[in-house]
Amino acid sequence: MARAFTPKVITANALLEGDVIYLTDDDQWSRELSKAELITDEAHAQLRLLDASAQVSEVVGAYLADAKAGPNGPEPTHFREEFRRTGPSNYAHGKQEAEANV
Amino acid sequence: MYKYNDFDTAFVTERNAQFRAQVERRIDGSLTEDEFKPLRLMNGLYLQLHAYMLRVAVPYGSLNSAQMNTLALLAEKWDKGYGHFTTRQNIQYNWPKLSDVPDMLDALAEVGMHAIQTSGNTIRNVTSDHFAGAAADELEDPRPVAELIRQWSTDHPEFQFMGRKFKIAVGAATKDRAVLKAHDLAVRIVKNDAGETGYQILVGGGLGRTPMIGKVINDFLPRADLLPYIESVVSVWNQIGRRDNKYKARIKITVHEHGIDDIRARVDARFALIRPTFTGADQDLLAEIKTHFVAPIFRSGGIETYDVAYKADPVFRAWADTNLAEHRHADHAIVTISIKKHGATPGDASAEQMRVMADLAAKFGYDELRISHEQNVILPHVHKSDLPAMHAQLKEHGLGTANIGLISDIIACPGMDYCALATARAIPVAEQIATRFDELKLEHDIGNLQIKISGCINACGHHHVAHIGILGLDRAGVENYQITLGGDATWSAAIGERAGPGFAYDEIVPAVERIVGTYLEIRDNADETFLETFRRVGMAPFKAALYPEAIKKVA
Ligand code: SF4
Repeated sequence: MARAFTPKVITANALLEGDVIYLTDDDQWSRELSKAELITDEAHAQLRLLDASAQVSEVVGAYLADAKAGPNGPEPTHFREEFRRTGPSNYAHGKQEAEANV
Repeated sequence: MYKYNDFDTAFVTERNAQFRAQVERRIDGSLTEDEFKPLRLMNGLYLQLHAYMLRVAVPYGSLNSAQMNTLALLAEKWDKGYGHFTTRQNIQYNWPKLSDVPDMLDALAEVGMHAIQTSGNTIRNVTSDHFAGAAADELEDPRPVAELIRQWSTDHPEFQFMGRKFKIAVGAATKDRAVLKAHDLAVRIVKNDAGETGYQILVGGGLGRTPMIGKVINDFLPRADLLPYIESVVSVWNQIGRRDNKYKARIKITVHEHGIDDIRARVDARFALIRPTFTGADQDLLAEIKTHFVAPIFRSGGIETYDVAYKADPVFRAWADTNLAEHRHADHAIVTISIKKHGATPGDASAEQMRVMADLAAKFGYDELRISHEQNVILPHVHKSDLPAMHAQLKEHGLGTANIGLISDIIACPGMDYCALATARAIPVAEQIATRFDELKLEHDIGNLQIKISGCINACGHHHVAHIGILGLDRAGVENYQITLGGDATWSAAIGERAGPGFAYDEIVPAVERIVGTYLEIRDNADETFLETFRRVGMAPFKAALYPEAIKKVA
């Protein structure tokens, strides 16, 4: 039996900075996971991934990452995605740094 | 130090110009990522979890103060103010922007450095003994041979697109400080009974998914035969090595599947064919390279200031006892600067620290520095009378930690804090172990104990050859840490034995504490090291300490 489809977001790295980005439902790339489009339909997910992967001069390595709905938007379900949306744990660099500067 | 000649400079300049154009074409969209990726990897540029990562080679770990200052400049100008020294004597920058990388490479070229062949399926940066040229126990300085191999392997047309990467290390001392037996190919400069020097060649070592200890393929190779012999080995493997499965592609598997005798026979046949094509130019080159590595003129003078400080200052004494090694000249010492302050990221140095180390090398150390595979920085030649002044400056910049060879001198790979291949974090585990044993004030009592941590099965953190090895895995979406005991990275190399089921992230530090506690209880005396104790008693007492519930169940 095919496994049930779990919700996903589309994520990639930005071409110039290399940092983690997420596809929003209005076709923008956001630096924040909470702004990403949470995709619950498998066929839609594949289409969106095709669109995202075609943007070769903006993004690198687009893929579908598991996520779940949270009060402020999508949240990670795996620790790798948690680190990607936060930054490394040995320095306050990466996204956590950008947030601290807001 | 090897100095680039006109050819080297022109070659690197041209490569940098090519890469600059490739980056431009990637940014303007004329190259896709699939087209660009192999090009960037050839120039040491990876895309990691949060950013690009530029890996710069420090050939055989040797550099001068101008080069170290340039590494600092890169960290400050184009990165976040620090760099990470790796187990392959490279330095990694974790945050460069794609568009800045060509400028970084140009800055490196000005001091004779580059990032070529720090990635991809090529012959990688040649590594060596970090005490090379200074150690009391070495036959000769191994670096000219390492440089010869570096020049031969750089852009070698036959070896640019192999089945997998190939790592070579060179040593020339009684003690192995370069993990020779864990390399695809190791060259050991040795002396035979007739008093001639030659090379002992080992092949098929490696860590990763299937760890293997290198085997001797040639016990004594005449000096003039080195390059044709290595070329034969790489060539044989390049032909018969497996390309169907990435995990079986390294030469360790080829040696394992064919047997060392079969490989030796094939290498000999290949060697007979290509040896005549080496007509001595390589030997002329080696002779020329040797002139770059003439030892400095060591200054003489009394060492009273050292003796006085050693007696009077307990902090200096503790540092001298752990961080100094015997130099071939009795009035000099080899200084290992720990870049593993308790609680800090192993192998990271800030731009400021790099500059301090460069200045100290210029002032006290004949302008020489080395990077060790253990992720520390070495000043190979320091007159003992200069040590107290040097130590005072090191302390001011967080570089005075007295922990070389102790439990907090941990090797850790970047793990899931940076590495895209990681299955778990390594750095915070190292930080917490170091902090914990510093609190316990036990580490000098524990003595020599090597902990090495990898964030995935690729084993960049050398966990297999650690006294206590830690491997971070992803078990059903949770970080889990497997422990191995009894590994050895020296000439008596051994692969550590798995202790049992892994531990959760918050259980791993207490688990290490139980292992160490057990060792302290059962060691014969304070001089018996952890590894000696393990070899005497085996796994059982450590297992009992790690898994008390399992013992209870059986009882
Ligand atoms: S061992 Fe794994 S996690 Fe660590 S640096 Fe190597 S590939 Fe990355």
